[in-house]
Amino acid sequence: MSMELRTSPHQVSDRSVPTIMKHVVLSLLPVSAFSVWQYGLSALALMLTVTATCLITERWFNRAAAQPSTLGDWSATITGLLLALTLPPAFPLWMGVVAGFVAIAIGKALFGGLGNNVFNPALIGRAFVQAAFPVAITTWVPAFAAKRFSEFVPSTLTAPLMMPPAVSDWIKQQSVDAFTGATPLARWKFENVTASAHDLLTGAVTASTGETSAILILLCGVYLAARKFLDWRIPAAVLASAALTAWLFQWYNPAHYPSPSFVLLSGGLMLGAVYMATDMATSPVTPLGVWIYGAVIGVVTVMIRYFGGLTEGVMYAILLGNALTPFIDQYTQPRVFGTRQKRKS
Amino acid sequence: MSQPNQADEGITFDTFMEGVWRQNPVFVMVLGMCPVMAVTVSAINGIAMGIATTFVLVCSSFLISLIRHLVPKEVRIATYIVIIATFVTLVDYLIQAGSLALYEALGAFIQLIVVNCIILGRAEAHASKNPPLKTVVNALGMGIGFTIGLFALGGTREILGAGKLFGISLFGEHFQPWVVMVLPPGGFFVLGGWLLLFALFRNKPATEGGHTHGA
Repeated sequence: MSMELRTSPHQVSDRSVPTIMKHVVLSLLPVSAFSVWQYGLSALALMLTVTATCLITERWFNRAAAQPSTLGDWSATITGLLLALTLPPAFPLWMGVVAGFVAIAIGKALFGGLGNNVFNPALIGRAFVQAAFPVAITTWVPAFAAKRFSEFVPSTLTAPLMMPPAVSDWIKQQSVDAFTGATPLARWKFENVTASAHDLLTGAVTASTGETSAILILLCGVYLAARKFLDWRIPAAVLASAALTAWLFQWYNPAHYPSPSFVLLSGGLMLGAVYMATDMATSPVTPLGVWIYGAVIGVVTVMIRYFGGLTEGVMYAILLGNALTPFIDQYTQPRVFGTRQKRKS
Repeated sequence: MSQPNQADEGITFDTFMEGVWRQNPVFVMVLGMCPVMAVTVSAINGIAMGIATTFVLVCSSFLISLIRHLVPKEVRIATYIVIIATFVTLVDYLIQAGSLALYEALGAFIQLIVVNCIILGRAEAHASKNPPLKTVVNALGMGIGFTIGLFALGGTREILGAGKLFGISLFGEHFQPWVVMVLPPGGFFVLGGWLLLFALFRNKPATEGGHTHGA
């Protein structure tokens, strides 16, 4: 009689890393398609360039480390696509290449690849170009420009290492009504004007490539959460804590602080909460830890927006959350069944 | 930093090249990181800092080597510091007299050469155990290695951060400066990049045979 001896786990799920990643990519496609419809060729070129750079960098590091290719796990595709979605649509392509390279090389490969990275690679890439090119990353173009499908925004095709040209002339030719050149968050911060929830929901505002339509991102997030490809607690905690913080501030001084709905729908909070904060490698694993992690991100985001020098704080809030993840995990370990909690002396 | 032949009397090519390549202070020993990070926003700053450090290193090594049999072991560190501080004061005044602009750019980091680990490290590890001539050759190599390191960092950061090298514009007036490169994080990025590059170069012959155990 032959007997097979096995150690746990005995029940094997058919969920693999590539499966999950593939679904995340799929769910990003509607968001990407919408931003291409909004911003035209420039947004499309940016997404393709950044994603291609991420894939090439990943392959190159695989080779340098004499490891098998990891392109098949789709994680570099996600990083590239997400990174492109957080950049302004008219971002020069060569800067997109820099961002993509930094994201994979410094954000991921040097830590040892997928699963070993401490920070979300896409946000590392964005943080680097934000520090390196502060002007280009805050240059916005209007959505639904008339010639968006027939020509590039001039800054998109800037020669490598060169300064992007001004886009104001190009914008004037597009017969866009009332384009302010500032994001809703910047307008709130510097002019105290809040955009309407309707505009924010449907994406009729100035913003980074992929963060315009809150409703679309939310729908994709609900799909991912329903299929259990992401932990629903993270976006829930981020959005709830951001809303609660915003509500407290508005209750304290309604004249100065915007409504919670504005805080939730503007800027990159939706994109960050659904796609960035939920990165499995860089978020806590315990149920309680996830709530703490999300709450920290939400509160810090609102604090940076209200009191920081920047108009948007989601990126740094999530990076801070990533940095706290190991500690959160350590302090929220559940009690092992049948044991008693050891009291620390 | 163990050198079996250290006490040998002979001056070999390696006595000089040790600091330039095999034990490069910046890329291999990673010593004296304070000026490496702080002053290397341009190539000229890096080279000036390197030369100043080399001067102090060579002079103090020579003097320390001369009196190495006179100094009691218990007070040697204090003696070294006094000698090093003397030469640093000298350099400080020399630079101030020579170029006020450079003096202001380097700031407190000239005075801080006193506590640069390379100088005290070489005094302790080499000058106190070797004859004057040999230790001067070694210190010169170390100083040149340090200067090369500072120039590598300063040059990279100046090219990316300002589009210039030694103040000469390289890419024309439309160059987009990488602001981060002249900020402190840029120093870490560039140093990390150079360390990686240097490690690749140095380890190449060793890993050429078997390349199986990566990561």
